[in-house]
Amino acid sequence: MSTLTREGRAGADRRSRTLGGEQPLDGQVPGEGATPPGGRPDDGPLAEMGHPQRGRAVKDAVARVVMWGAFGVVLMPLVWILYTVVSRGVHLLLSSTWWTNNQRNINSGDVGGGARHAIEGTFMMAGITAVIAVPIGILTAVYLVEYGQAGGRGLAKAISFTVDILSGIPSIVAALFIYAVWVTTFGIERSGFAAALALVLLMIPVIVRSTESMLTLVPNELREAAYALGVPKWVTVVKVVLRTAFSGIVTGVLLGLARIMGETAPLLILAPYTKNFQRDIFGGNFPTLPMMINQDRGDIGLAAAAERMWGASLTLILLVLLLNLVGRIIARAGSVTT
Amino acid sequence: MSSVTAVPTANGGAGRSDQPAPHGEQASTGRVGDRLFGGAATASGVIVIAMVTLIATFLIIQAVPALMNNQESFLTSRVWSPGGDQPAFGILEFLWTTVAASTIAMLVAVPFGVAVALFLTQYAPAWMRGPAAALVDLLAAVPSIVYGLWGLITFAPFFKPFQGWVESTFGWFPLLARTGITGGTILFIGIVLSIMVVPIVTALSREIFGQTPLAHQEGALALGATHWEMIRTTVLPFGRPGVISAAMLALGRALGETLAVTFLVSSLPNGAAWTWSLFNGGETFASKIANNAAEFSSPTRTGAYIAAGLVLFVLTFAVNSIARVVIERRKAFSE
Repeated sequence: MSTLTREGRAGADRRSRTLGGEQPLDGQVPGEGATPPGGRPDDGPLAEMGHPQRGRAVKDAVARVVMWGAFGVVLMPLVWILYTVVSRGVHLLLSSTWWTNNQRNINSGDVGGGARHAIEGTFMMAGITAVIAVPIGILTAVYLVEYGQAGGRGLAKAISFTVDILSGIPSIVAALFIYAVWVTTFGIERSGFAAALALVLLMIPVIVRSTESMLTLVPNELREAAYALGVPKWVTVVKVVLRTAFSGIVTGVLLGLARIMGETAPLLILAPYTKNFQRDIFGGNFPTLPMMINQDRGDIGLAAAAERMWGASLTLILLVLLLNLVGRIIARAGSVTT
Repeated sequence: MSSVTAVPTANGGAGRSDQPAPHGEQASTGRVGDRLFGGAATASGVIVIAMVTLIATFLIIQAVPALMNNQESFLTSRVWSPGGDQPAFGILEFLWTTVAASTIAMLVAVPFGVAVALFLTQYAPAWMRGPAAALVDLLAAVPSIVYGLWGLITFAPFFKPFQGWVESTFGWFPLLARTGITGGTILFIGIVLSIMVVPIVTALSREIFGQTPLAHQEGALALGATHWEMIRTTVLPFGRPGVISAAMLALGRALGETLAVTFLVSSLPNGAAWTWSLFNGGETFASKIANNAAEFSSPTRTGAYIAAGLVLFVLTFAVNSIARVVIERRKAFSE
């Protein structure tokens, strides 16, 4: 067991004893003893139901403290990681060249330059991946929800199963597969595009699952109303179902992008890093933020490289968070249930 | 196509009223647009199936020749020298490291993940639930490469004294024996992995705990159960299948996690003495492949790594299938 567990449990026991002493369970219970309407049931009725035996009350208090403690323990690494990355990387992000320059002709030990090449590369790669994965993912979800229920139930089940398998495939295996096809079988050189293909494999299941759950939320009355007006099925799907679920689908796409942007394994195998701008996705080496981190990790003994590494990490986290945030805002702004 | 449960009011599109269609399936026949769109949807689904099939096929095709030339037993050898005329490689060491580290990750992450899920659904004040859940989700948004950096540079120095203490106190126990390795030990990797998969366990458990019928909970409370007894007798039993499948999905992620592990592992030299100790080094499948990506020079060499990747694929496939079966059984039960 980890230190965290030990500390958590020991702390929980200690605190529970003091809590049990100062505040018996009944003391926390609201006087009316009624379950709050619509809310979660509280231990209200207990006040009138006589005292639970002492052991039970203690157990209850211990459980309460353990749950709070677990939450605190889980947040600890998050705060720690964010603090580490921000405190070591933020000043590079504030420098003027970070967002405009690349690392060309800058040795690992030198300061200066920027991460523009890697940021651009990460966005380009995400864009290419999305262009391929989004149509396939959405159409697959459309099949599962709108078409699969009719005749080919078996096919829908098979697709659903393979989507699950695909969502469980480790990124390194996806990368190996593309390597086996792209480089070993066809003999094409490694490039940004090859890495994007591997990312497509990782992104499709995310899109299928999120789109599927959004499509099932669309009320059937909308479809039936469209059919009753004589609208063809495909127009119904495109103009009624997909439009109703649009914001949810966009959210799914953004969350999928957030997932693949931080993936490094496929890049490591399929898209070697370059310090220069690279706008040709078939042109061999390709700069991306994760690979920039990886590159500078190799020279971690040099102060400038270590700084760059944290700066690139912070940039990557910010991009991923931004996508997550935008996704959530869109989801909240236009949820299907209205 | 037409099903026996047809609803007469929901007839298909224009001109198809002779055939009842519950969900408008009949509307999809005939028209060019319908056929194109339906065909495209079906094709996408088939593409997804084809992808998974191709992945398995290609990996097998490229792994087999290397395995045929292998001078050692692939499953039980610990040697790894896939190059040259006499390639010899076995995966025992990777298998042990991968499974041991992932198991540790599960042992830590599942109790914590479930406790946090219970906190978010049962204990946290209402105003706190949304923001608290978002914070836990934030943990999932941190890229794995950043976990690797943090573990390597920031967390490892704090772990070393703890490891030293455990080794000197419990060193007599084979799993905790002293090895002289202080960097990326199996235990350390397991703990970093556990931090990475906690949000997965929490997210899925939270969802299912939130679905516990309110009547069950109120019934338990009405019978005089304390809050914890109510959780133990209604929420946890109701959520058990969900927790199991969440744990399986998290295990699948831990097994295949690459970059964080790649940064942390300390690889062992060929022929290092075997030990059961969790304080030993050793590579996982994913880190071995990632660390040697530059080495894919000859087909045999590449084939050896692809064979290792294939084993990883089979492992995660098995784990995910179990998760899927558990979820399906629950669905059948609750409907």
